[in-house]
Amino acid sequence: MTTLSTSGPLLDVRAISLRFGKSDTNLLQGVRYSVDAGETLCIVGESGCGKSVSSLAIMGLLPAGAVTIDEADVQFRGVPLDLHDTKAMRRFRGSDIAMIFQEPMSSLNPAFRIGNQIAEAVTAHNDVTEAEADARAIEMLRRVGIPAPEQRMREYPHQLSGGMRQRVMIAMALANDPALLIADEPTTALDVTIQAQILDLIRNLQRDSGMGTIMITHDLGVVAEIADKVAVMYAGIIVEAGPAERIFNDPQHPYTIGLMSSMPKMTGPSERLSTVPGTVPTIETMPKGCRFSTRCPFAQPICATPPSEQDFGQGHRVLCHFAPLNEKLERVQ
Amino acid sequence: MTDSILDARDLTRDFMVGGSLFKAPKRLRAVDGVSLSVQAGETLAVVGESGCGKSTLARMLMRLDRPTSGEMLFERQQIDQIEGHALTALRRDMQFIFQDPFSSLNPRMSVGGLVGEPIETHMPELSAKERRAKVGTLLAQVGLRPEHADRYPHEFSGGQRQRIGIARALASGPKLIIGDEPVSALDVSVQAQVINLLADLRDELGLTLIIIAHDLAVIRHMSDRVAVMYLGRIVEEGETRQIFENPRHPYTMALLSAIPIPEYGRSRNTIALTGEMPSPMAPPKGCNFNTRCPFAREACHIDAPDLRDAGSGRGHRAACHFTEEIAQQASVTTNVASNPRSDGARDRFALYADAIAGRTRIRPQTTPTKHQEERPVERAATPSHKETLT
Repeated sequence: MTTLSTSGPLLDVRAISLRFGKSDTNLLQGVRYSVDAGETLCIVGESGCGKSVSSLAIMGLLPAGAVTIDEADVQFRGVPLDLHDTKAMRRFRGSDIAMIFQEPMSSLNPAFRIGNQIAEAVTAHNDVTEAEADARAIEMLRRVGIPAPEQRMREYPHQLSGGMRQRVMIAMALANDPALLIADEPTTALDVTIQAQILDLIRNLQRDSGMGTIMITHDLGVVAEIADKVAVMYAGIIVEAGPAERIFNDPQHPYTIGLMSSMPKMTGPSERLSTVPGTVPTIETMPKGCRFSTRCPFAQPICATPPSEQDFGQGHRVLCHFAPLNEKLERVQ
Repeated sequence: MTDSILDARDLTRDFMVGGSLFKAPKRLRAVDGVSLSVQAGETLAVVGESGCGKSTLARMLMRLDRPTSGEMLFERQQIDQIEGHALTALRRDMQFIFQDPFSSLNPRMSVGGLVGEPIETHMPELSAKERRAKVGTLLAQVGLRPEHADRYPHEFSGGQRQRIGIARALASGPKLIIGDEPVSALDVSVQAQVINLLADLRDELGLTLIIIAHDLAVIRHMSDRVAVMYLGRIVEEGETRQIFENPRHPYTMALLSAIPIPEYGRSRNTIALTGEMPSPMAPPKGCNFNTRCPFAREACHIDAPDLRDAGSGRGHRAACHFTEEIAQQASVTTNVASNPRSDGARDRFALYADAIAGRTRIRPQTTPTKHQEERPVERAATPSHKETLT
């Protein structure tokens, strides 16, 4: 429940690389990002790109034994996090770093009243009486906009709608005033009008508390709405990262461009969509070199070698041999 | 009404919920007096949030479920109560695509079996060999390879499975295809492939499509006409352009303003809806939407408004007492932003679109430009790069 003022980022992921078991292809390869206090980083990508795995790794929630961590240089408030130290990670989880998931129904225990579940999160990390924890639960339910919290806290998850459940999840996550909130597709299961309410809620809570937020999503609309910074992931690699404005207005990586071209538009004429051909490679069929090369319309022989990172300033970095594409490629007449 | 392929009049579907030995079950009205007319060759989208009754409506239109009351006509033949052979015959002309490509294909059947099954039912005169050939053609038509017929669903990705589902729907040579959220389980890049495929097939085969969906951007892209549902009723219908540019029902306005637009710095002009959709077991008196409507007044709590002309013609109708007034008050989010992308980014998007469409071949640049003088490119001169991949 303390906010340390430190210089430098709140969470600094300098490198995470990991593999499933003995597989020789990395599931995550050199993933690097940082979040400051009060800032929102969106990690965007399609299913299987590793966006959830990277945050589960930071939370120490990956099943031990199933994955081999090759490299994990992560600093939280300037202090290295040892992802192997399960005890220390347990202290962090739910107090300094909290997480909310996509499907609130499967994250809440159906057999306990929601008030008890929030209170449990409080007592797990603080030396408080039951009455104090209950009071905190009521306060949190009120903060996330649940009407009549005194009655509501006595209800079970099945008595709540999807939007209300997600509010309960948020109340639980924020009960210990975390410095960092990781939200994994928090609005994907919700309708658009409810999604708008939840995004507003997260934004307001963040403004009040100054916490850093990592939002994992596949929806570029959500990203445009709330992100300060964006990291685009593809097949376990961050292919492009930078300030949100640069990612949307000056995207460099062919995958980012393909993803944006694939989205049906809400304005202008409805032209045929430019797709990203093919499908995401599996861990067995992962190409050597650039991992996007099997789907990239610009792929050249050199793409069989790993591209090095190019820096476009203001933290805008791109992993592509041919960035900027409009200068390094030309049309064959 | 001359060439309508499917007509629904006053469709209603009730479900009885709960109840026990001592308690009468309660009536849940999932669909409440919905009328639709689908013209041959058009794409009609039904949009709404979860629980609005759009899937129940879809199931009735597909005749997987029977309406409690109301009637349905397919090519002027009454279909709402048919069964047996008549229903099988209807299925030849009317097919479905389901949302979840993982649960809608029998995992124990090969792709050839799955796609061949409807052919066997509807064209029993074909020999096994002819059937196999037709399966091959269908698979090619949806962008798969004929040899995929020997594989099983688990060997395919979500997008490919949805293609199998589409091939299966096409097998009997239908005139009308109803898709219940046909692309919503797919990732963006794959979703775009399936959207393009459906558009191509519609144009090639002259299909009529009914798409049930919640994603407004997808609907805007795919459909000619849109019907917006809320709590079991159609609250607004019209041509896609009218609905998106000139919505006349406050719910449509709120729905449109709630969609996050993937453009940086675009301010949302939100018509915030408070609360959630009421339970269809206890719908509010008067207008269905009055519990969440920011414009609701006394009259809205007394009378339920009927769909009526929204003032912009061409079948644009809205179910709101005060549609004219509200349309003037609420300026909706159609503030057309100038494209904020940099010139370089616009070039890159054009290059990408051309490369994907096969309009041009791309090679590493050989003639130096002023940018390259500033930022030397060490790889561009390697001779091997001049080979291009298409």
